[in-house]
Amino acid sequence: MSFLSYLISGISLGSVYAIIALGYTMVYGIARMLNFAHGDIIMVGGFAIFTMVSTLGMAPLVGIVTAVAVCTLLGVTIEFVAYRPLRGASSLAVLITAIGVSYLLQNLALLIFGSNARQFTSVVTVPGIKLAGGRLSISGETIVTIIVCIVIMAALTAFINKTRIGQAMLAVSEDRGAATLMGINVNRTIAITFAIGSALAAIAGALLCSTYPSLTPYTGSMPGIKAFVAAVFGGIGSIPGALLGGIILGVVENLSKAYISSQLSDAIVFSMLIVILLVRPTGILGKKINEKV
Amino acid sequence: MKAKKNKILIQNGITYAMVILFWAVVQMLSAGGHISSLMKGLLVPLCIYAILAVSLNLTVGILGELSLGHAGFMCVGAFTGAFLTRCLEAALPSVGLRFFLALITGSAVAGIFGILIGIPVLRLKGDYLAIVTLAFGEIIKNLINVMFIGRDSRGFHFSIKDSLSLGLEDGGTVIVKGAQGITGTPRAATFTIGILLLLLTLVIVLNLINSRSGRAIMAIRDNRIAAESIGINITKYKLMAFSISAALAGMAGVLYAHSLATLAATSANFGYNKSIMILVFVVLGGLGNIRGSVIAAIVLTALPELLRGLNDYRMLIYAVVLIVMMLFNSSPKAIELRSVVMDKIRHKQSGSAAKEA
Repeated sequence: MSFLSYLISGISLGSVYAIIALGYTMVYGIARMLNFAHGDIIMVGGFAIFTMVSTLGMAPLVGIVTAVAVCTLLGVTIEFVAYRPLRGASSLAVLITAIGVSYLLQNLALLIFGSNARQFTSVVTVPGIKLAGGRLSISGETIVTIIVCIVIMAALTAFINKTRIGQAMLAVSEDRGAATLMGINVNRTIAITFAIGSALAAIAGALLCSTYPSLTPYTGSMPGIKAFVAAVFGGIGSIPGALLGGIILGVVENLSKAYISSQLSDAIVFSMLIVILLVRPTGILGKKINEKV
Repeated sequence: MKAKKNKILIQNGITYAMVILFWAVVQMLSAGGHISSLMKGLLVPLCIYAILAVSLNLTVGILGELSLGHAGFMCVGAFTGAFLTRCLEAALPSVGLRFFLALITGSAVAGIFGILIGIPVLRLKGDYLAIVTLAFGEIIKNLINVMFIGRDSRGFHFSIKDSLSLGLEDGGTVIVKGAQGITGTPRAATFTIGILLLLLTLVIVLNLINSRSGRAIMAIRDNRIAAESIGINITKYKLMAFSISAALAGMAGVLYAHSLATLAATSANFGYNKSIMILVFVVLGGLGNIRGSVIAAIVLTALPELLRGLNDYRMLIYAVVLIVMMLFNSSPKAIELRSVVMDKIRHKQSGSAAKEA
């Protein structure tokens, strides 16, 4: 029974990784850049909810809506101010700028909220359930996280395949030049991608902080890196890949924490990534790109 | 060809002279008592970061592969070095000699790790390579955090659980204590040693760049397929650059280990954030520009301390400076603007010169 409960909480953790990884994978697929600041947007979302719910005493739902709005605005602003001027510059330059943005967000949060960990009140009001005569208990957070992840995946897949904006995103990720010729506004499409990715980061922040209720300015950075690993693992640029990568990563991390060593769990997750990339250099579901001479 | 050689010689000479001048100025200032104790504490880290930045520039700027695991190699070097100095404590009373041996062993082991990690990793490209090197750095840090090594009369004991499971005899000592790391390394690192090692790093890297191998490495960076087609052994040269870079990072690690009383593999010391910080030095100093790496490392390490008066705002300013500099340096519009301005200045100069004539 304990195995099953570790497995379920692993899937729940993996769902959070998957939601964050979606932001990474979409931005990478469309803008061809590693948005290192993505993890810190999770943290901003967490603090937005914390301020609304714990400090101002609003309802959790109001907090979440505020967080999504704040993060969406933040994502679009960051894209406009820091990344758009660098379009066409080397990918390394964009990467370093993203690192700068990440430092900026962390230090702003440090200045406003201080370095002490804040106790985050869970935004989930769903009660937990007990199965198998009380031997297997699943918390409300776990259930909500998994359901939210499934809903987001379905909605996003539908959005990309059925709407004009979604099709524009696909076109831009296939070939930016050709998309421009077809009359797609590339800058606007990239901005929308950042908006969606950041909104997802806010939701991920709410779920992450509800399950692990301690909030510091650095809360987002490690989950951000792990989610990026998940995105690469599943094949960067692929939405089902992000889901698969996230869930596998979460499950492996939780099981190795439970059965092998809590200190080694990160090492195990990372070595798994290395093995996968050596066997399949573009991730599990990634497309193979042929090299042109 | 000869003129070009002379030019390289002069350029390299300027770099060495700059480092020596820096050393002389600091020596003079500290003799006159003009350096605060805070700055004094920063002198050895300055050298460490300069070495790290130069060595990472070899991988990122010269070889053209993005590595985010540089702190991992530094970690390997630091722990090998500290372990060796602690082990030889009884056999070799001279701290200097032990430090010297530690530097050699630490660099060698880090270099071997560079080869071992490089063989699989260098097959990947771009962002994938970056994430795998990041992963390796984190793995190294994690493994050292669970490692316990002790010694008694029967020899060395190794465990990944705790110090009790080492099963030491009475009188045995635990040398590596997992997350607590290694304590009691002699603090032998001085600013002068740091500068000497920085000069050694510069000699190695600059000579490599201007050698046949260095040109092969840069040919791979500029066009891998063209380089392969003229018979350059890609794997060999990639591994060469990567492992030399790792070995130099290991050397910086040994220096780092000997500047601290307690060495622990925390994320602040050897996490991916450290690797990223070094990468920032390299990029701001200019990719492939060795002198730039040294300057950027020194300025950016000293900057937060110099901004200490601004207290809480200093890291914020650091971040803003980083973003603004990147936008100014790399944005296509800024580059265009700069060239327009430069053209105007040149035009004016030539115009006034023509008038005078």
